[in-house]
Amino acid sequence: MNVVGKARRRVDGRAKVTGQTRFADDLALPRMLFGKLLRSPLPHARIARIDIAAAAAAPGVRLVLTGADFPIAFGILPVSQDEHALCPDRVRYVGDPVAAVIASSEREAADALALIRVEYEPLPTIASPEEALRRGEPRIHEYGEGGNVHRLAHFAFGDVEPALAQADRVFEDLFFYEGSTHLPLEQHAAVAALDPDGRLTLWSSTQTPHYVHRELARALDLPAHRIRVVATPNGGGFGGKSDVMNHEIVAAKAALVTGRPVKITLTREEVFYAHRGRHPVLMRLKTGVRQDGTIVAMDLETLLDGGAYGSYGAASTLYTGQLQTVTYHVPRYRFRACRAFTNKPPCGPKRGHGTPQPRFAQEVQLDKIAVALGKDPADLRLQQLAAANSVTANWLKLGSTGLRACIERVVDGSAWRVRRGHLPGGRGLGLACGSYLCGAGLPIYWNEMPHSGVQLQLDRSGRVTAFCGATEIGQGSDDVLASIVAEVLGLDPADVKLVTGDTDLTPVDLGSYSSRVTLMMGNAAIQAAERARALLGAAAAKKLQVPVERLVFAGRAVLDAENPAVGMTFQEAVVAAEAEHGTLGTTGSYRPARSPARYRGGGVGPSVAYSYTAAVVEVEVDPATGWVRVPKVWIAHDIGRALNPVLARGQVEGSVYMGLGEALMEEQAFRRLPPRLSGALVHRVPSILEYKSPTSLEMPEVVTYLVEEPDAAGPFGAKEVGQGPLLPVMPAVANAIYDAVGVRVDEVPITPDRVLKALTAKAKGKEGRVGPTAFPRVPWPEALVVPPPWEGGDGRAVNEKAPSRDTLPTRHSGTAGVKV
Amino acid sequence: MMGRTEARTHRRTANGGNARIRLTVNGEEQDVVFAGYKSLLEVLREDLGLTGTKHGCELGECGACAVLLDGQPVLSCLLLGVECDGARVTTVEGLADGPALSALQAAFADRGAAQCGYCTPGILVTAQALLDRNAHPSREEIAEALSGNLCRCTGYLQICEAVEEAARTGAQGHGTEAAGTEAPRHGGTEKRA
Repeated sequence: MNVVGKARRRVDGRAKVTGQTRFADDLALPRMLFGKLLRSPLPHARIARIDIAAAAAAPGVRLVLTGADFPIAFGILPVSQDEHALCPDRVRYVGDPVAAVIASSEREAADALALIRVEYEPLPTIASPEEALRRGEPRIHEYGEGGNVHRLAHFAFGDVEPALAQADRVFEDLFFYEGSTHLPLEQHAAVAALDPDGRLTLWSSTQTPHYVHRELARALDLPAHRIRVVATPNGGGFGGKSDVMNHEIVAAKAALVTGRPVKITLTREEVFYAHRGRHPVLMRLKTGVRQDGTIVAMDLETLLDGGAYGSYGAASTLYTGQLQTVTYHVPRYRFRACRAFTNKPPCGPKRGHGTPQPRFAQEVQLDKIAVALGKDPADLRLQQLAAANSVTANWLKLGSTGLRACIERVVDGSAWRVRRGHLPGGRGLGLACGSYLCGAGLPIYWNEMPHSGVQLQLDRSGRVTAFCGATEIGQGSDDVLASIVAEVLGLDPADVKLVTGDTDLTPVDLGSYSSRVTLMMGNAAIQAAERARALLGAAAAKKLQVPVERLVFAGRAVLDAENPAVGMTFQEAVVAAEAEHGTLGTTGSYRPARSPARYRGGGVGPSVAYSYTAAVVEVEVDPATGWVRVPKVWIAHDIGRALNPVLARGQVEGSVYMGLGEALMEEQAFRRLPPRLSGALVHRVPSILEYKSPTSLEMPEVVTYLVEEPDAAGPFGAKEVGQGPLLPVMPAVANAIYDAVGVRVDEVPITPDRVLKALTAKAKGKEGRVGPTAFPRVPWPEALVVPPPWEGGDGRAVNEKAPSRDTLPTRHSGTAGVKV
Repeated sequence: MMGRTEARTHRRTANGGNARIRLTVNGEEQDVVFAGYKSLLEVLREDLGLTGTKHGCELGECGACAVLLDGQPVLSCLLLGVECDGARVTTVEGLADGPALSALQAAFADRGAAQCGYCTPGILVTAQALLDRNAHPSREEIAEALSGNLCRCTGYLQICEAVEEAARTGAQGHGTEAAGTEAPRHGGTEKRA
């Protein structure tokens, strides 16, 4: 291969280093107006009255919008259409938008916000999922599972009770994983404008232009073909720009009303409120093992703090359990999950979407099991890896599994076997593993169309343009598209012109989420490029009098493999093909194969391939202060094949960085003001200064190993790399702290005060552990019983009431049916 | 032409708050007229069309807005435009020599130092200032110099490597485009000259 696997400058590298990448906030259009949103200062209240008269009369103000202008609800998932662009009658978190001012300048819009008078009638607030379970009233939403419970799920993949009863040892632990936010450096921005024909265009920093397109059509009651959504390059996404955001709809509406371009850029504080980040999750994990540590059954309960709206939460709920079976063989598995509404910014998908929390629980508990049984934690894992091409207890079909190689690499690299347990002075090593999807098996709304489409257009100049709806969020999706087309056609990636993320111009790609782009867009690109190659090859073969199967495309030329002196340039081949076939264009499509999971809720978790990662983290713990320093990380990622190793390494290192932030410092935490100050739930740290994240000074040395065992489902064997490498980092840190100083911190972030608390307890002869101590009573529904493959199952639930298509969205059943 | 500008300036000043300063931006000296409340960042982006420099927080917390003021890295969101009268400002747009990338830019592009690219302009100018005063910085010195610039994508390692590579390839203050795809640059950046 000439392109794939070579370390290259990314195709958009030049634009990024010259400052020419045009982000949404960089756009300026003639006669453009600016919008600002008025956000609720209260976490839960009825809106009794809004007086906009003074604001409407203020200098420069062109338009004031309120909830009355947005009667239609929207939501990213069909099962939770619970948001309005501006709240019509109730606010549900501090930061919920209630009005918008559109003015000639951003300053005038901001000044006029202060003139809007809103009368609120405060309502009692729900601060935590525990409180939500205790108090059903007032309900934050009128839908869900009753009270303030949004979703409930209960799956029994085999009967865990007898298996646990017969296990040699049963380990039960409670874990808590605090919420964190994406903190993309680019604040969300959107520009809306009417084109000369009166059609609406929205440029937005979104990871999912197709879904924004659909929701704009719904919320504005416009035909979708009258709307164009252009995803501008995202200045970081990490999941935070994959939801449909209030300001996008407000900007669009304002452009429709005023007939002028309208820009809304969120402030950094507003980005903290927009959130859609990592769910705080409380977990109870019970695992039965044989004396040698082999897992016989696992029983997991998760309780998610969903915040004020549904967002992706119905899917997030299922992701807190569904991928627990893909790393190690779990013969029987029970998974119960509950998502509660609270009066805080809505949670959604952040890198790893719902899976880092239970992965933390499982990997830390495995470390405890290894210690209890006197086994090496690496060996404990190696002895029970999930098998390649097997089907798991919950009916996920695995592809290639490079986890063994990953573990071996980091064990060798870190000298794990001689250094673990033997490092002096507060230093220690921890190991953990993980696995992630290469694209969700189902789209978020049911359809039978491709998940990704690519069109190629070629003309006599030799130009090749690739069109795809995929969205560049920094991860390198444009580079993947160009490199795959170039590989197939024998070109340099820089030769391929790209048009991406534009719903008017490009075929649909579902978006940059669930690590789906490389695999899905990549396969569509291969198909489109191979079809183009066939057209060019047929014409070239005729002209060169060479059998078409002997032609090779390489070095911008089409050559006879047996006699390279015979050939033509790529451009000559395009000319010959245009003469032979007429105007040239090809398409490629990709839709993942159907999952064997046939039970309701089984749409979350399936993927045509899974990536695997193992990490060893070294820590230094200061016993006097509890301060944890990470000098070095070894991480091995099973990527199938690295299309561009420079970018692949960047994704791994970026994941290590973000994982260390979550492990040690990042928290989207809230506190309740005292009653005399309204009793409101307020964000502790809605600023970058106080939301601690690692800087260049905290970043450790990272040794990255790319394990390349090509997966049959991936383009040139490639699997994902954007999210999986995050997963092992947090538990590896926790396990390393145990190795260093002998205490367990069963929650993240592992801040110095928590380490110190555990050390103090240990010094007093108590259990050297900090973490949650109780799991509230949850009204679990009856289990959906799905026998595993080895117990005669067929992928269906044996007690499902109606034979449900795995696509049926459900709102009121005991189990969730949403697919992401 | 001049008269019209002055008249407009006068009118807007009368409206409460226009400012007029002389600024040398990326080597070009010019008069700039803008609403007096604007930060240097807003003047650069909105009045001069130099959108390479980014907003990240408006509070001096993230480093995305870094530019060089008389050769020193500053946070342009914390400076008022009116404070910069007579200053030399270098933004990311001033790093390249015509179409040729500087050694630092080329290294960033080649080494994966820019993922989403949003923090990149601020980091590039900050790193350039480091190289201007210390041609061969250690890894620790690079990390220290860039510690005020947040990047959420890369984990900083490829950024540090790119600075090291630029220090190697551009040691004489004259970068060359890697891989020979573009002409070698012939001059330094404005502040090196």
